[in-house]
Amino acid sequence: MIQLRIDDTPVQAEPGETILEAARRAGIRIPTLCFLESLSPRGACRLCLVEIRNWNGRLVPSCATPAQEGLDVVAHSEKLAALRRTILELLFAERNHICAFCVSSGHCELQDLATELGMDHVTFPYRFPALPLDASHPKFGLDHNRCVLCGRCVRACAEVEGAFTWGFSGRGVETLVEPDLGGPWAQSPTCTGCGKCVQACPVGALFEKGKATSEQVKRPEILAEVTERRPRA
Amino acid sequence: MKGETVREIKIPVTRVEGHGLITIHLDGGGKVREARFHVTEARGFERFCQGRTVWEMPGITARICGICPVSHLLASAKAGDAILAVRPPRPADKLRRLMNCGQYIQSHALSFFHLASPDLLLGWDAEPGKRNVFGLAAENPQLALDGIRLRAFGQEVIAALGDRRVHPAWAVPGGVRTPLSPEARDRLAAKLPEARRIAQDALHLYEKTVPAWAEEVETFGNFPSLFMSLVTPDGLWEHHDGRLRFVDSDRKIVADGLDPSRYDEYLGEAVEGWSYLKFPYWRPRGYPEGMYRVGPLARLNCCDRIGTPLADEALGRFRKSADGKAVTSSFHYHWARLIEIVAALERVGQYLEDPEVLSPRVRAEAGVNELVGVGVHEAPRGTLLHHYEVDETGVIVKANLIVSTGHNNLAMNRTVAQIAARYLNGKKKIPEGLLNRLEGGIRAYDPCLSCSVHAAGAMPLRVVLLGPGGEVLDEVVRAP
Repeated sequence: MIQLRIDDTPVQAEPGETILEAARRAGIRIPTLCFLESLSPRGACRLCLVEIRNWNGRLVPSCATPAQEGLDVVAHSEKLAALRRTILELLFAERNHICAFCVSSGHCELQDLATELGMDHVTFPYRFPALPLDASHPKFGLDHNRCVLCGRCVRACAEVEGAFTWGFSGRGVETLVEPDLGGPWAQSPTCTGCGKCVQACPVGALFEKGKATSEQVKRPEILAEVTERRPRA
Repeated sequence: MKGETVREIKIPVTRVEGHGLITIHLDGGGKVREARFHVTEARGFERFCQGRTVWEMPGITARICGICPVSHLLASAKAGDAILAVRPPRPADKLRRLMNCGQYIQSHALSFFHLASPDLLLGWDAEPGKRNVFGLAAENPQLALDGIRLRAFGQEVIAALGDRRVHPAWAVPGGVRTPLSPEARDRLAAKLPEARRIAQDALHLYEKTVPAWAEEVETFGNFPSLFMSLVTPDGLWEHHDGRLRFVDSDRKIVADGLDPSRYDEYLGEAVEGWSYLKFPYWRPRGYPEGMYRVGPLARLNCCDRIGTPLADEALGRFRKSADGKAVTSSFHYHWARLIEIVAALERVGQYLEDPEVLSPRVRAEAGVNELVGVGVHEAPRGTLLHHYEVDETGVIVKANLIVSTGHNNLAMNRTVAQIAARYLNGKKKIPEGLLNRLEGGIRAYDPCLSCSVHAAGAMPLRVVLLGPGGEVLDEVVRAP
């Protein structure tokens, strides 16, 4: 077993476990957004940043950093809280997150994080990008306005469904999650219509068609359940 | 503009929903040449609905207004029904109507008790500092309290269904989300008798007080016009479905059984450079002769009868006051509003006794089956139309919203001119009583300026008299 400290609490980790996994098992909550149990870590959102005291205070994503012997990890501090709030502000400013009529309002991980981390206003100017909404699929919709580019849909589709429908197109702030590198979704030759991407999406970017304001409740945990139940090779 | 305006008076309007302004144009002799009611906000909801799905529209358009979100919610859901090409299950229709009755009660109670009654009970020339809901509370605490209770009841009806009092995202294309719970039904039923008592008291108070305001009744928008509202196929008072009817000042039916979704064929919209609010008119008579009024006054003038005993009794007295013809003074919008509260409460009573409102079968689900959908509905302030065009996937390509306050635009302008002519002519200074009467004339319509230009806020009152060269001759300012 690996011995480390998180927020001055001695914690044990199995070899291969990440700092985040070790923290969770020890009952220490670290906020995450792009991380989803059973999917490979991606380190995209940086909300799970922790500070390693004995690495000269280096900031690392706890979801993607293996637990190592003797690490002295700070998971909660004023500095980290400020950084996490800034990350959230940037996410909100980047696209058009309008909770008032969002299908996911009340059941949204981004909204919950803003509440949890005390992000009560956005200090950056909103970009208000003009982004399309793809409602071509008979069962599901994709609203780029609400996408946070966490890539959970991409990983769920590739790693759990094995369809590899979703991918990122474009670069930087222009990046879009798209089916088969270009919609419309209804014409995707690879999509099986399983809906795992929708369940994996932490916000209202992927949703079930026909849902109105606040009606979209998701079950991201089904991905872990599905994976767990699969016969292992 | 014909002739020459020698002086212009500007009056922002208070105790209405939204931002407005009145300007009065005087000639050299101090005679009123023209008066205009301007709506000075712009919002652009129709533009930012584009690109959103039809299922989101009730949630989006409800945000147009904090006073009548329910009306937009229901009109939008109906436009959605049309696009899905479904008929909501019967319980859903009843539940939507029940919520709209709650909306009438709360909105009309706000208009009468909180906004209008200070003028009616304290007088048009009462000190402005006291002529408000606080002054009313000091003068007649029972009435003020009654108003708050009655409005609260209407809001409770809304909250019992939609889970919240303002902006409930409850009605959806195809029906509603949830039925009424037996507990909520019992809770509302227990409070209904008090609400009924308050409504009857207010109605009797109005009928008793109104002779004192004969002059105002005569001048607050008292002129012949058409009236438009929905009626049932049998000609009864209707607030959520049915067909459009037009009557004239003699209450003769000018047009009946009109399909609301074809409004474009008989309603035109004119634009004037001085207001963000368009001027709808009845096409066969042209602009501006095709002026018509909507809202409580129009609904009571259009329908043959209401269909519930207490409301029909009150309607009888209302009709008698005009010898069976249409009641043409906009002052009596207040009266009509009180009668509609009585009617809405009677309907609430009927729905609460109907076991169908507890049925879980409240939503028809479907995909996009029509590319155009029009939802028509009687909001507290009048006929409300939501017209959507969608692409094959259900994304809005075009939205057109025709709101109640818009329909009354021509009539409100005429009202302002009538009041100004009566109370200002020949005067060199702006009398306080005139300001209040001008506002009162507008307030009778209970306009929602936020809705009308699809916007919200509190307004200061400012009146400016401008000379021929634009110089300020007189100015009066009142805090909001």
